[in-house]
Amino acid sequence: MAGVENERVIEQSHAVVDGVDISGHWNRMFEQRVSTTYDTDLLDKVTDLPGAESMGWCYQCAKCVGVCPVDIVGGDYGPRKIFRKLQTGVDLFTNSDLWMCTSCMNCLRVCPKEVDMIKIMPAVREQVLLEGTAPLELQRALENTFRYGNPLGEPARKRADWISEAGVPVPILKDLGRAVDILWYVECYPAYHPRGKDASRALARVMTALGLDFAILGIEEKCTGDTQRLAGEKGLFDELTEYNLKTLRKYQFKRIVVSDPHAYNAMKNEWPKFNQGGDFEVLHYTELLAPLVGQMKFEQPLDLTVTYHDPCFLGRHNGVYAPPRQIVSAIPGVRMIEMPRCRENGFCCGGGGGGMWLDSFTSERNKERMSDRRVKEAVEAGADTLAICCPYEPSRFEDAVKATGSDGKLIVRDVIELVDEAMDLKTKYGG
Amino acid sequence: MRILVPVKQVPDLVEDLEVGPDGVSLDQDLVKYVLNEFDDHALEEALQLKETDSVTEVVAIALDYGDVDQVLFTCLAKGADRAIKVEGAFGSSPDSHTAARALAATLRDLQFDLVLTGVQAIDDLDGQVGPLLATLLELPHVSVATHLALDADGRTLSVQQEYGAGVTAELQVDLPAVIGVQAARATPRYASVSRVRQLMRSAELETVSADVSAAGTRLQVERLFKPTSTTHAEMLKGSPAAVADAIARLLQERGVLRG
Amino acid sequence: MGDVLVVAEHLNGVLADITFEMLGKGRELASTLVGKVSVALLGNDVRPLAEQLGAADSVLLVEDPALERYTPDAWQQALASVLRDRQPVLVLVGNTGMGMDLAAGLSAALNLPLAAYCGDLRVDNGEVVATSQVYAGKLCAESRLPVDGAIVSVLAGAFPVDAGKSSEVASIDSVAAPAIRARVRFKQLNVPEAGDVDITREQVLVSVGRGIQEADNIALAEALAEVLGGAVSASRPIIDSGWLPRVRQVGKSGMKVKPRLYVAVGISGAPEHLEGMRGAELIVAINTDPQAPIFDVAHYGTTTDLFDLLPLLTEKVRGLRAVPA
Repeated sequence: MAGVENERVIEQSHAVVDGVDISGHWNRMFEQRVSTTYDTDLLDKVTDLPGAESMGWCYQCAKCVGVCPVDIVGGDYGPRKIFRKLQTGVDLFTNSDLWMCTSCMNCLRVCPKEVDMIKIMPAVREQVLLEGTAPLELQRALENTFRYGNPLGEPARKRADWISEAGVPVPILKDLGRAVDILWYVECYPAYHPRGKDASRALARVMTALGLDFAILGIEEKCTGDTQRLAGEKGLFDELTEYNLKTLRKYQFKRIVVSDPHAYNAMKNEWPKFNQGGDFEVLHYTELLAPLVGQMKFEQPLDLTVTYHDPCFLGRHNGVYAPPRQIVSAIPGVRMIEMPRCRENGFCCGGGGGGMWLDSFTSERNKERMSDRRVKEAVEAGADTLAICCPYEPSRFEDAVKATGSDGKLIVRDVIELVDEAMDLKTKYGG
Repeated sequence: MRILVPVKQVPDLVEDLEVGPDGVSLDQDLVKYVLNEFDDHALEEALQLKETDSVTEVVAIALDYGDVDQVLFTCLAKGADRAIKVEGAFGSSPDSHTAARALAATLRDLQFDLVLTGVQAIDDLDGQVGPLLATLLELPHVSVATHLALDADGRTLSVQQEYGAGVTAELQVDLPAVIGVQAARATPRYASVSRVRQLMRSAELETVSADVSAAGTRLQVERLFKPTSTTHAEMLKGSPAAVADAIARLLQERGVLRG
Repeated sequence: MGDVLVVAEHLNGVLADITFEMLGKGRELASTLVGKVSVALLGNDVRPLAEQLGAADSVLLVEDPALERYTPDAWQQALASVLRDRQPVLVLVGNTGMGMDLAAGLSAALNLPLAAYCGDLRVDNGEVVATSQVYAGKLCAESRLPVDGAIVSVLAGAFPVDAGKSSEVASIDSVAAPAIRARVRFKQLNVPEAGDVDITREQVLVSVGRGIQEADNIALAEALAEVLGGAVSASRPIIDSGWLPRVRQVGKSGMKVKPRLYVAVGISGAPEHLEGMRGAELIVAINTDPQAPIFDVAHYGTTTDLFDLLPLLTEKVRGLRAVPA
């Protein structure tokens, strides 16, 4: 906004350009001019942060507000509104707006000026965290991640306990003592949360049935911390990444497979910034399994009308839309339908960017939970099953099913649970 | 005015605690250390006093065992001005009497006006460090304290000591004194990992030594064991709906729902 | 000879139960150790209290204006002087708001070992063995005490109150207080206002602990309390966070309650809390940790998630109440 000169008016009473007569008052051309004399201090405070410069490029077109899920649930939000508030004296550093963004990226997708909230919000949050103030829930999740290697505060020692009820052996790399094809990076919710464990066990059974050679890190594994990074804890993310890369370098494997799109995002987009961090081939489990659909022996059809929810960090952030759909539509008996907001325009569940650990905070400020809105959308689209493949989602959507009175109308299943069920692997293997 | 905050680490209860093979101490392999939550409150209270009163310096002090560096850098990250590590033969974790003696020896060489420490810790079998430390230094002490306020002349401190049934006594203490903090006036603040890492690179911990040869509890611990209760709840299992049903019927049977 | 000395605790003219609990046990231990049990009663004009302590062989009455109200400094100085004179083998102090100062302070002043958080005492081979609760009650430690003297701080409720009560005439010994330099001065006593709920009078309590996670979620407990015709109480962390007023606190530094029904929601059962509610008639505990100590005192328990269970239970109870019995 600096470096402005007095306007130069060029006006011709008579002008012909390229044979076209454009005489008249409307051929005035203005060069760069001052449009306002407001105080830019609060805006500068943001744009001065490395990574947050793009906040200043907004020209208020409001394409972002139309797709911002926080705004849609009544949060009065969006980059355009934040910019305007900065202009009119609201300090993002101390305003609750700072914590509402889930980093879903729909705004950046449509922004003609590439105002990048995915970089802006973490930059400002990091400064606020350095001062020691953060919503208490979030603080606890960050402290838990640091101390226990997972945001849930579960003991690190129990990270691999879920394997005992998988029904199939799940080898631990340390004990395996050999190179392996697939290193399956399980992550925290899939290891500790009851519904996450259901999906992990299903994935173990499906990979076994397909004869895949895989192993997990077990208790050596720690959170990849991508969401914590977006919540402002860059230091924590760096610490975790250093540790995780060090652990991975001990072993030999061809590729990494993850169930967690947030881990996927960290490994694909952030790890390459670290020394030797870009050496890995990383796949989401749907990318691994989609080409193998022909080998899946389906024992029973599932009579379900399924709609697939695109997780923000698998879909919009990393462009993976087809593989999960290929898998679901291959299941006999399944009718697939799409919700209106799908693929690139998928509607966020509310868990990203720290949202998973800010529920009290955000619910006070939104009229409705984002997950509730999404579940309503699924029901209205005519689905009886909401298929997901991000571990933040089962608990969010199952709570939303109850909260919206959709109990009995909609069930929530991970894609892999549907495959496991159709292949009848619990019968085959137990677990 | 300078406030000293001795902090200690205790075994983290999130992990299962198991008794070690000697039958009288914890299995050290499984123990993870974490800052004593009451000491965290003491530090927060010190930092709050610094913001509102005439306090110029808050100094965190810890004995060298467990993850002491991490703990002290975290105290600096939260806003302590200095951090002192006391080196000595403390083993995997010292008892309260040993700790009090080491701290007393250290504090005798420091100028201070007030010592704030957590009221208790989960591993103080032989009593709480605060009163032990105070008495070794011949200073007055008050434990189970909340609502600290420095009096205008800077020579006395008002505190509330908690008894049962919500009753508290307002006491006035001559400084210097040792206070065992029960709860700070605000939730202990967050120390971001970014900040702790910054400080690990840029700040220094001061170190001193303490001779702890004549210390110890003189308690002969003969057995450390998991209490087996003679009673245990009858556990209700099943879906939430089934459990809700079971409890409701149980209450009805017991006549609790009458009237 | 094994003399036992009990430090009496009193407030506003009433002897605390812990005094009698320690006296009863002290009398038993002294008898086994072939010694006498005495009670040190500090204060000013407290002879009427001394007369209630007939179960002791003697009451050491230490009166002085400086001792009128409990303060850690004055009482510690007076007791140190009494202990130097009498040199009992065992000193019993309450593990309470008053006792914690004294026990550790005297331990350092007189160089006597201290076993804290004691829930049980016995004599073995002429020596005293104390069982203490440590690590928030998850483990117990048994310590043998040296025969030349030790202090034990005793948990409230560890021993029966009645064993320390007696209609016998107390033998009272007036002991002169030493010169006391009072560096801690009593200003006033704060008693919580009546007006809010008196949880000690409620028949049904739905009590919340850390497991409730956020202040807003307390509404789930309130709904259940309402259909049960009771009130909401809480463990210490909830009160410290300011989510409920202090008069709702159950536990060592809160209220002791004995309702017909106590529903413990998301409470782990640390000893300090159990002290406040273990006497309830029917205790139902909800906690996702199957190892939570609360299940050792509860009559019924479940590891079902409270967020799933409470709304359903509230509805079920509401339904049962709606049907005339």
